[in-house]
Amino acid sequence: MIPLLLYVGIFVAAFFIVRMISEGRGTKDYTSLKTVTFGDESAVRSNRAASFISILTVFFMWATFTGSALIPSFLHMPGPFEGNTTFDYTVENAAGQRDDATVSILVRPQGQTAVKPAIEAGDGFAKNDAAIVNKWGTKVIVVQSNDEAKKSEGAKVVAINGKPVKARTTVKVEGGSVTMTDKGTPNFKAKTGWQMSPLYLPAPETVWSRTLEIASEGYRNFSLWQHLGYSLFRVIVGFVCGAIIGIPLGYAMGLSNWFRGWFDPIVEFMRPVPPLALIPLIIIWFGIGETGKIILLFLAALWIMAIAARSGVSGVNIAKVHAAYSLGASKPQIMRYVIIPNSLPEIFTGARVAMGVCWGTVVAAELVAASQGAGMMIMVAAKFQQTDIVVMGIILIGVIGFGIDMLMRYAENILVPWKGKS
Amino acid sequence: MSGLSIDNLSMRFDLPNGGSVQALKDVSLNLKAGELMSVLGPSGCGKTTLLNIVAGFLAPTDGVMELNGKRISGPDADRGMVFQQGALFEWMSVRENVGFGPSMKGMPKKDKAEIVDHLLDVVGLQGFKEKAVYELSGGMQQRVALARCLANDPDVILMDEPLGALDALTREKMQGLVLKLWKETGKTIILITHSVEEALLLGERLIVMAPRPGRIHKEYRLPFAEMGVDADLREVKKHPDFAVKREEILEMIWDMEEEIMGRTEETT
Repeated sequence: MIPLLLYVGIFVAAFFIVRMISEGRGTKDYTSLKTVTFGDESAVRSNRAASFISILTVFFMWATFTGSALIPSFLHMPGPFEGNTTFDYTVENAAGQRDDATVSILVRPQGQTAVKPAIEAGDGFAKNDAAIVNKWGTKVIVVQSNDEAKKSEGAKVVAINGKPVKARTTVKVEGGSVTMTDKGTPNFKAKTGWQMSPLYLPAPETVWSRTLEIASEGYRNFSLWQHLGYSLFRVIVGFVCGAIIGIPLGYAMGLSNWFRGWFDPIVEFMRPVPPLALIPLIIIWFGIGETGKIILLFLAALWIMAIAARSGVSGVNIAKVHAAYSLGASKPQIMRYVIIPNSLPEIFTGARVAMGVCWGTVVAAELVAASQGAGMMIMVAAKFQQTDIVVMGIILIGVIGFGIDMLMRYAENILVPWKGKS
Repeated sequence: MSGLSIDNLSMRFDLPNGGSVQALKDVSLNLKAGELMSVLGPSGCGKTTLLNIVAGFLAPTDGVMELNGKRISGPDADRGMVFQQGALFEWMSVRENVGFGPSMKGMPKKDKAEIVDHLLDVVGLQGFKEKAVYELSGGMQQRVALARCLANDPDVILMDEPLGALDALTREKMQGLVLKLWKETGKTIILITHSVEEALLLGERLIVMAPRPGRIHKEYRLPFAEMGVDADLREVKKHPDFAVKREEILEMIWDMEEEIMGRTEETT
């Protein structure tokens, strides 16, 4: 809830600030003179400042909620408690007499070695205690274990810091809170603050240094580039196979009654089946090796490419085909000079979709079973609670997916400049 | 014999709802080589169907067509076609579009380049040779379409409302160009149009077709095309006969339209 409010707050504040600063400035082009912009999609242009601030905000939110060293500490959200604290408890014995004792607690980051705070036993039948608790952690402190008034004799904890307690009551103490368990033992919970534990979300610099580490040392017997390379290799081989079969199949379906009748039911049935649903069957048939993954990606690309090629053929303006016939073109010439070039824009659109689907499918397939690949990397890291590797993997997968799409668009602009121009 | 002969052409096809349509009935025509004929008629009279049959894109259910004594059975390079719009190949430059026919025949590059250069001069697009066709205006695109058709040196040119999508000024210029090309190349041309003026200007012969079933209603022989070759088309339109013919044909088409409306009203 707090992150959402903060995010909305930044969104609104940035809007007003940017508007105030840019008032009266900006380009004086034709679009800037349009008065009707609400509803005119062509007048809606992406605000560069907004994009820039948006990206910055994501990193800021990430940094502020993880206590990152990238931003000054006064911008951090309140962090978890760390250090020494104490609370008192009151024991009542069977005879109805009461005595107080103090619990000294050291809250320290997980994994850091520490010694229990030194304490004196104190007087009375309740004795002082000491404990070490992890940051973000909790600990049941068996305070009565060293007391003279034993639990078995009917002695029980009746108050924390002077406040009366029974089972399941919670008392706030310095540096955290104490909740009585059902058996009447205090359970200390260190104050978490608003920051996230690195187990849930590591700070950006942790992810970055982990990325550098894995880039130089590798992960699970393969270098980072091998992991990513394997995923890319599978996608490209699967996609190319799918295109090699799918495009001619789509052309055949667009050019022949028999082919269309024969393959329509198959294509229309297979298209809505998510490739992920095929993973179990593929593993049963081909195992978890490369063959299975490439066949899976082949199937993911095949239907998309076939449908793209088919609609590319049906999208030919019949006048073009008629014109070509009247100019003396033969069927192979019509194919080569009219149908193929005319269907290229559709095929490129299909290829972009297919590459996206393949990339998603390969990661999912590697999550299920693989010995290398981007998906395998994050799956294994998750099992070992290496959240920084998981986050790194997700970012790299996103960057590569985005890169693939940009490359496809670039190729499209170069190869089919006539797209959308007829 | 040279020229195009159409003998008792009929076409009838079934509809999905069980009915059938008589698109054309007993259409007979003889065109001598080099004749310019325009075709007029209310919508649904089968003008475009007739043109598509002559082009070879549709098969008639009855009747025979011959071009220079050879029977027509499908599309071929001897009958060129100019469409209203959208028939140019966007993936080719202007030069490649015009050279498409010669390329398909496998003509040597040098000969092809000569033809293309000459035709681009004729239609006035020499400066746009390497442009993409989608960069040209509608009128220029139709000039490319004309040049592309001529580059193939067909015996007959079939035009399906080639100037229909152009603005009035461009249209007038293009009408002059069509007349000029007709006179220079001596091609047989069949031109379909919706505009009575255009049909009068661009037809030595003008046939008016009637609908349901599509048939030839009336035929005229006109002097205006010949006059327009050398004179300003606007002067031709001022000719007293021109106005008389225009009124006569307009009235004829209006009557047909009214008859269609009446018939539909009766049935409803």
